[in-house]
Amino acid sequence: MRSRWSYVYFAFYLLLGIVLLFLNNDLSKAVITLMNVIIVLVPLIGTIFGVMYYYNSKEFTELLLAQPLKRSSIFLGQYLGVAISLSLSLVLGLGLPFIFYGLLKSNAIWDFSLLLITGSFLTFIFTALAFNIALSNENKIKGFGYAILLWLFLAVIYDGLFLLSLIYFEDYPLDKLSIFGTMLNPIDLSRTLILLKLDISALLGYTGAVFKKFFGTNFGLIISFIMLSIWVILPVLRITFKSKRKDF
Amino acid sequence: MVSIQNLHKKFSKNIVLSGIDLDIDSGGIFAVLGPNGSGKTTLIKSILGMVIPNKGEISVLGENIKKNSSYRNKIDYLPQIANFPSNLKVRELIKMIKDLRKQTTEDERLIELFNVTPFLNKKLGTLSGGTKQKVNIILAFMFDSPLIILDEPTTGLDPISLIRLKELIQKEKANGKTILITSHIMSFVEEVSDEIVFLLEGKIYFKGSIQKLKESTNQPDFEHAIASILTNNNA
Repeated sequence: MRSRWSYVYFAFYLLLGIVLLFLNNDLSKAVITLMNVIIVLVPLIGTIFGVMYYYNSKEFTELLLAQPLKRSSIFLGQYLGVAISLSLSLVLGLGLPFIFYGLLKSNAIWDFSLLLITGSFLTFIFTALAFNIALSNENKIKGFGYAILLWLFLAVIYDGLFLLSLIYFEDYPLDKLSIFGTMLNPIDLSRTLILLKLDISALLGYTGAVFKKFFGTNFGLIISFIMLSIWVILPVLRITFKSKRKDF
Repeated sequence: MVSIQNLHKKFSKNIVLSGIDLDIDSGGIFAVLGPNGSGKTTLIKSILGMVIPNKGEISVLGENIKKNSSYRNKIDYLPQIANFPSNLKVRELIKMIKDLRKQTTEDERLIELFNVTPFLNKKLGTLSGGTKQKVNIILAFMFDSPLIILDEPTTGLDPISLIRLKELIQKEKANGKTILITSHIMSFVEEVSDEIVFLLEGKIYFKGSIQKLKESTNQPDFEHAIASILTNNNA
């Protein structure tokens, strides 16, 4: 199951990369379009595949549990299997057409690699979150529901609430708060990182300048990557913790 | 061989095991009996570490099983419901389990014995219940472990395979292994087991030989002895 779907996923990105390059004829613009697709799609695919894989391989897991294997290695192995194969599909599927197009000689290479790195981070984050949800819910339908809700919340609703709060508190200085709020949501964090790297922060006005001052520096970049890593590490720790206590 | 002290387990509010103390000596065939939902499978899964007990200690071959996985090298387990990944071929599954544990050539003999050769290249999802159970038996018996746990081994087997299974169990017993069986087929239990453990409402109600059970219940045959326990306890 896993391998067949990751080929489809790979083919999809391959196609997306090729089509974008043909339509755009400009690497930087293609990167921006790709960002919009990746920021929303990667978390969704990570979530759905994570949940689906966990529930589908339940029987297999039970078979492995009776073998002399550590629980943490069974579950981390499954998690890494899904996350790595999804990230590989993303990186290879997008990377190949861009490399053939002449990415290595252009100056968009750093923007592009940042895009792929954040994309992989998002895959790892959302697959881990999906595994957490699946581990805590015996009921498949419930698990799927929660996972989709989580994605919807982080991809769409969070932004809405964030925006509302900014409008509501517009009389106060909000730079710090908005940077903080962006940090807490991996999707927002990735989007901001890439946008600022692409040097279109002028579009964002004053806030853009504040953001640029923070995220544009090496310090901001490092902090952002630390945040993304925390978003990976915490759910993974919970996977090992939860799996040690679960009955099968 | 296996020693269990004060084992408690409940699933949310449903108390399944309440204070099991059990010592199983090495060598011989032990049957765990009890009505549906008396905690037989939970007891077995606790020994395997698949179910985490709320309270109590379990040790297998002198090793405490808590936070330990290597002791499962010494256990062969036949699960009650043969749930295999349906997109795998029989041959691939056998090879995979062999890679996980240790290499053995015993599987070829067992495949021959249970007539599974024609199914080796079929996917597990397409097999009938009985054939799946045969694959299950091959996986459980192909390693030479000192403790064998069989949860309802007779499910779905045809008469010839049942005879083969009984022979296999007797042969392993003659090799000095400890075998733990649960079953609802009383005639099967009476035929193979040396000693029985009777679970009732999460406790051990009786432990001893079949002869002793017949004497204590004043019943001439095994099936009636079990039935009398159940009617006396309104279970």
